[in-house]
Amino acid sequence: MPVKRVQKTPMPERDAVLRSHDFGEVNEGYGIAHAQFEAERCLRCQDAVCIDGCPVRVPIPEFIHEIAKGDMRAAAEVLRSSNPLPAVCGRVCPQEVQCEEQCSVGIRFKPVAIGYLERFVADWEMEQTDIEITANLHRDEKVAVIGSGPAGLVCAGELARLGYPVTIFEALHAPGGVLRYGIPEFRLPKDVLDWEIEQLQRLGVEIQCNMIIGKTITMDQLMGEMGFKAVFIGTGAGLPSFMGIPGENLNGVYSANEFLTRVNLMRANDFPNADTPVMVGKRVAVIGAGNTAMDTVRTALRVGAEHGLIVYRRSDQEMTARVEEHQHAIEEGVEFHWLTNPIEVLGDDEGWVTGLKCVRMELGEPDASGRARPIPIEGSEFVIPVDNVVLSIGNRPNPLLLQTTEGLKSNKWGCLVVSDGSSETSREHVFAGGDAVTGAATVILAAGAGKNAAAEIHDDLAAR
Amino acid sequence: MAKILEKRPLSPITKLYRVDAPLVAKAAKPGQFVIVRVRDGGERIPLTIADYDREEGILTIVVQEVGTTTRYLGQLEVGDEILDLVGPLGMPLEIPVEGHIVGIGGGFGSAALLCLMRELRLRGDTTTIINGAREKDLLILNEELGEVCDNLEICTDDGSAGFHGLVTERLQQMIDGDAPGRPDSVVAIGPMPMMRAVTETTRGKDIPTLVSLDPLMIDGTGMCGGCRVTVNDEVKFACVDGPFFDAHQVDFEEAVRRNKMYVRQEQESKDRTTCMKLAVGQD
Ligand SMILES: Cc1cc2nc3c(=O)[nH]c(=O)nc-3n(C[C@H](O)[C@H](O)[C@H](O)COP(=O)(O)OP(=O)(O)OC[C@H]3O[C@@H](n4cnc5c(N)ncnc54)[C@H](O)[C@@H]3O)c2cc1C
Ligand SMILES: Cc1cc2nc3c(=O)[nH]c(=O)nc-3n(C[C@H](O)[C@H](O)[C@H](O)COP(=O)(O)OP(=O)(O)OC[C@H]3O[C@@H](n4cnc5c(N)ncnc54)[C@H](O)[C@@H]3O)c2cc1C
Ligand code: SF4
Ligand code: SF4
Ligand code: FES
Repeated sequence: MPVKRVQKTPMPERDAVLRSHDFGEVNEGYGIAHAQFEAERCLRCQDAVCIDGCPVRVPIPEFIHEIAKGDMRAAAEVLRSSNPLPAVCGRVCPQEVQCEEQCSVGIRFKPVAIGYLERFVADWEMEQTDIEITANLHRDEKVAVIGSGPAGLVCAGELARLGYPVTIFEALHAPGGVLRYGIPEFRLPKDVLDWEIEQLQRLGVEIQCNMIIGKTITMDQLMGEMGFKAVFIGTGAGLPSFMGIPGENLNGVYSANEFLTRVNLMRANDFPNADTPVMVGKRVAVIGAGNTAMDTVRTALRVGAEHGLIVYRRSDQEMTARVEEHQHAIEEGVEFHWLTNPIEVLGDDEGWVTGLKCVRMELGEPDASGRARPIPIEGSEFVIPVDNVVLSIGNRPNPLLLQTTEGLKSNKWGCLVVSDGSSETSREHVFAGGDAVTGAATVILAAGAGKNAAAEIHDDLAAR
Repeated sequence: MAKILEKRPLSPITKLYRVDAPLVAKAAKPGQFVIVRVRDGGERIPLTIADYDREEGILTIVVQEVGTTTRYLGQLEVGDEILDLVGPLGMPLEIPVEGHIVGIGGGFGSAALLCLMRELRLRGDTTTIINGAREKDLLILNEELGEVCDNLEICTDDGSAGFHGLVTERLQQMIDGDAPGRPDSVVAIGPMPMMRAVTETTRGKDIPTLVSLDPLMIDGTGMCGGCRVTVNDEVKFACVDGPFFDAHQVDFEEAVRRNKMYVRQEQESKDRTTCMKLAVGQD
């Protein structure tokens, strides 16, 4: 029977002082006792509104019920039936605006900790050694997947389960997309990602790294001489935006992508054991307030910065980062400069960053995005002394593939155009999903798009 | 992985490799580059495609040992694999002007002229290569370069081979009408000071000039912005928009400054590899 308890079962976390100096995971994960204790809070609603909040419609009460009963294997099966990346999503989904926002318990109490429970089940599954996965690629039609982020991984996995031989082509030397080079180890350990990728390989998915479609081989070659019958594009939104303010090219200014890639993909935190360095001074200012900005500023602390600053032109109300990451950042001592807009990066004679010139802002009427529009306060310019500036103001889709591929339509933001309610692009037998279509969004949306596209590719191939 | 099929030392610090990379060789065009990584935990570094053999699927790269990664690479032998090799990256070189085209190379840049000048000559241009180095022993690929162009000019700073002087002095003589004549267009690949000097030599003389910028790179696909350079007051990503740019529009000062960003770390890393080499008795 459900038990009424106001609070979520707390997530065991590592001490903020200790953890802010290393890359170990912040959240330690529920044990069985925590999980069952929390599972009891779920009302098993007839009308489970939580499901409406989940982009891939995980049958939430069902898997939570299995946890309560103690049948973790069944819980894992229920979960995987709808979400192919539960260990990742349980960790990084913005639950507070998705499943948990809808949860009925949340009307009076704190909502059921759906994300923590999801992670628990997935972690349990990872520890099992007896889970049978065998490749059964009984179909003839080869499918190519471009990009190995969540969209591509999920699409490939689903197609392999349907029996198609699938090859993923990835530009970088390691698969995972943003899960590899963007989201840091302290939120998403690379072991978790590696495990997910291993399962795909056990299903028979082939992954070829160091392959840039549009450069190493073209789409025409893929679909022509190489014999792929359908293609899924999951190339993400990896092109960093800059602000265009003076001083952006000074030494010590990074895009968040570069900063995080140096650390996550190239392991600059382990320099000089690893060969790629990263430059961090005492004070690092990160411009922006999304997940990427929080990851960047917390990473900066972990690679030696004494002060990590978030500089954002709006207020904390408009911040787009997950609530938990914001909370963790506060605990780790990050300083927040809200309503502060950078207008120039200042440097010394040798071209190194010395400060960030900003102007204070006030909030006006809501703009097109529905968020209050920040307006500069005249004469309020001031300088924050900093040694590094990292820009985290958004990413757009990378144009590489579009430049070399005929018949692919994109919109003015460079996002691939797909037909309404589907993942079909303007080119026959070519499908797309994830950030490449939506612009920078979330892991679960990308995963969901990959899953839907796999079903459409299956239909498309069957219809031929 | 790309297997090394042939290794040839060109100078005490420069090595030429022919590697098995059929897909890259097939797609490569003059002026493009690859990114390689030579060990787990290793850096990704850009290297120009010196030449390619589409039929055989072989790519030629030339490495000048300056720091950690290039030294690791220099230790690889025939039969070894380069851990990661991706490409071809960047935009192929486009030289619109036809006529007398002068390619100027220094250091590893001379190697990059191989396929480039051959293609230009095939298209019907008159081609001259100025191959420069500090001294005779550091000159590379004279013979091969001689085969792909109409006139090969050799310059050494100390006069130990060819013209006694800088490549820009020889260039100036040609501009002034010396044989083989005034260039209609110039392309320079090599150390930054040389490219800068060439740029100043042709500035204001109505000679379109291209230089190959070599900023620090990571992904090489436009994802990090680390390779940004300023050209004509606009920010460009050298890995996707370049590496060739209109020399007279390049902000060299910024490019030089940005390349020095990690000098201290590069030295630290280099010292470490030096120690490791000594420890295992190599080198
Ligand atoms: C730092 C950071 C933190 C984030 N935190 C969260 C979070 O907490 N929660 C959340 O839900 N979302 C988060 N996001 C967003 C989320 O990671 C993305 O929405 C998601 O990864 C998009 O997935 P994707 O598969 O569409 O693309 P990506 O993950 O971007 O993967 C695309 C892949 O395609 C490859 N590729 C590109 N072009 C080519 C080509 N031509 N040929 C071959 N390969 C190519 C790229 O190298 C890359 O590996 C975060 C993003 C960042 C950057
Ligand atoms: C498009 C492009 C094409 C290139 N083609 C070639 C090539 O064909 N052959 C080749 O040998 N090199 C080439 N380079 C340069 C090469 O990438 C660098 O030499 C290499 O990254 C150095 O790595 P490292 O770890 O050995 O040395 P590091 O430890 O990174 O540096 C050691 C020293 O070399 C200097 N240095 C570092 N980077 C560069 C650079 N980009 N240019 C010049 N000096 C540098 C530093 O000042 C430092 O003192 C190219 C660079 C670019 C951007
Ligand atoms: S996938 Fe994300 S949104 Fe869906 S139930 Fe799991 S945590 Fe919630
Ligand atoms: S809405 Fe909340 S309480 Fe109801 S089934 Fe979903 S998780 Fe359980
Ligand atoms: S090397 Fe990363 S954008 Fe050019």
